[in-house]
Amino acid sequence: MLNPQLNSQGELIHLLTTEGLPKRILNQILDRAAEYIAAGDAGTRKFNALAGRSVFNLFFENSTRTRTTFEIAAKRLSADVTSLNIQASSTAKGETLLDTIQNLEAMGADMFVVRHAQSGAPYLIAEHAKPGIAVVNAGDGRHAHPTQALLDMYTIRHYKGDFTQLRVAIVGDILHSRVARSDIHALSTLGCPEIRVIAPKTLLPVGIESLGVHVYHDMAAGLKDVDVVIMLRVQNERMSGAFLPSTQEFFKYYGLTPEKLAHAHPDAIVMHPGPMNRGVEIDSAVADGDRAVILPQVTFGIAVRMAVMAIVSENQRGQGAQA
Amino acid sequence: MIETKNTVIRNGRLIDPANGTDAQADLYLADGKIVGVGSAPAGFVAELDIDATGLVVAPGLVDLCARLREPGFEYKATLPSEMAAAVAGGVTSIVCPPDTDPPLDEPGLVMNLRQRARKHDLARLYPVGALTVGLKGKEITEMAQLREAGCVAFSQGDVPIADLQVLYRAMQYAATFNFELRLRPEEASLVNDGVAHDGEYASRLGLTGIPVIAETLAIAQIVQLMRATGCRIHITRLSSADGIALVRAAKQEGLPITCDVDMNHIHLADVDIGYFNSQYRFDPPLRSVRDRDAIATALADGTIDAICSDHSPVDDDGKLLPFAEAERGATGLELLLPLTLAWARSQKVPLVQALAKISSFPATKLGFTAALTVGSRADLLVFDPDEAWRVTPQTLKSQGKNTPFANMEVLGRARYTLVKGKLVYQA
Repeated sequence: MLNPQLNSQGELIHLLTTEGLPKRILNQILDRAAEYIAAGDAGTRKFNALAGRSVFNLFFENSTRTRTTFEIAAKRLSADVTSLNIQASSTAKGETLLDTIQNLEAMGADMFVVRHAQSGAPYLIAEHAKPGIAVVNAGDGRHAHPTQALLDMYTIRHYKGDFTQLRVAIVGDILHSRVARSDIHALSTLGCPEIRVIAPKTLLPVGIESLGVHVYHDMAAGLKDVDVVIMLRVQNERMSGAFLPSTQEFFKYYGLTPEKLAHAHPDAIVMHPGPMNRGVEIDSAVADGDRAVILPQVTFGIAVRMAVMAIVSENQRGQGAQA
Repeated sequence: MIETKNTVIRNGRLIDPANGTDAQADLYLADGKIVGVGSAPAGFVAELDIDATGLVVAPGLVDLCARLREPGFEYKATLPSEMAAAVAGGVTSIVCPPDTDPPLDEPGLVMNLRQRARKHDLARLYPVGALTVGLKGKEITEMAQLREAGCVAFSQGDVPIADLQVLYRAMQYAATFNFELRLRPEEASLVNDGVAHDGEYASRLGLTGIPVIAETLAIAQIVQLMRATGCRIHITRLSSADGIALVRAAKQEGLPITCDVDMNHIHLADVDIGYFNSQYRFDPPLRSVRDRDAIATALADGTIDAICSDHSPVDDDGKLLPFAEAERGATGLELLLPLTLAWARSQKVPLVQALAKISSFPATKLGFTAALTVGSRADLLVFDPDEAWRVTPQTLKSQGKNTPFANMEVLGRARYTLVKGKLVYQA
């Protein structure tokens, strides 16, 4: 099966998932992001990579933070940005997903940044989009959130340098998390030797071990000596009914408190993709503590999204020139 | 319409799965029946002469589950389009489930459908009646009157009965008249919004899983209710190795249970979904490679009695959607023969045994004998088992062009199809 996010030269033309993405491309994105950050520190905040290009942010599922960071990233690359919140996406009522895409193509789109509640929706768009149009997955269902994973990798590389000596623990609702899946794939490709997931059995997908992770149900054991803790947001709707009995019990057993964090390596960093539920998956003392790198993640996220958009746009144009 | 002619089919390899025979002979047809095997009856004058040299002559195929989409879903398919597809695939008898709009829950609807089918007069149509009113799982239908209207059995289509009390009563009532129920085993509360086999592959793709226990718990309940009611059950479209094991045990116990599998599940598994390819969206979901292999084996050892096409014409709009929103199913009538032959070749099953899964066994469910003996129905299929052809969606007769087998090469194709002695299809 051809990897739909790479062209025949093996270059990134869409970003759909971190699974199967070669290490050289992951590093290319992280290196480019580092250049943007360095340039920003030196006072340059505006670049021409997407000058004259039309970027459409298609958010079929609500998100303020991710949409905003994509908007900022596109604007810093001098793109013309249009953001659409398209609700009521489901089923055959009204315009279909591909109808929407074709209409926006007719308006001269060069890139779609897509968030959709259904796993795989960005693949459908990439498959049917006109040649030359790039698709960047901004989160699809439970499947993938590749730019979040890349900014997580950037953050880890920034604070820890080398992936090949790290223990990383991902904690919480693994079952419903596209972030967890994308982080696991990216960490594996970058050579992280020990990836752990910590969750009750109701929040773990079947066969998660096949992704190369070690499964823990106990925080003390799972956090022991880890260098990086990635906390996941637990959606409120999971907090009642059959997944979890209550917020209070989840926090007691799986919430990251200073006491639980003490099991990790003394230099461990704490990450969270946001938005945080304080007192649900993370204690404020940790969220605001010196271990937390949650706000730097947000800053790095803009540079990483700039890097992704610039690279896929360049490669799409390279491909267009050859065609 | 072609009139019945006295017909001879010469030099064919006659395969009669009902009698287990496989031999070369001429076959003589008159008045919709077989009137001679090997030698013509006295005074027989052939008006139509079919040369079947190098071809197999067999009873026409009987498909235990094919949706024709009438009434209610004519934008997806119609009786004329799907009956033409049937005979092009060598299918001479079609069993259609009641999940139309409205569902086949009233005798008048069933009579109308049969009347329309007779008007087109290609394949024979055998409707399955709805087990509950509107397939809602609340009130049982007028089963005895539906039977009088022509229903061969009763089912819920793809909508399982959530209330066990209703299923219990429905089985008691059906058992009163010795009616058979066709049930697709699925515990709805374990399906929810699931769209794929609950395994490693769905976890990787982030697709909501449907666990195997949704099937096994339903079978376990059905088997218990069979013991309590004596109702005859045909389990349709098994998907898992564990489900097969439960049916095997029930058969060994001597319960009146039979089962089928649809042709897609013999050949495909969850990993074939690839990058969210909606052509692979099925209910029940495509399961693991281990389950797929168990299906192929259980067909060979006789645990699974029949193969159906689960023919479901779906238009492109129904498939050009994110995987979870895409419509389930695939076109199938024209692929039942080659996909059955592919299974037989892979399992080294003789042709006579393979054809039993798609003709003589399912015919017993409809109350007739599909055989090549004098007096049998002249519903016949003449095919080349080795003819290679590419599944080209545009050339399929069915209005539904979507199938995961599109553009693949398959072996085995109908050359002639006869229903009631009439030549209804010629390649």
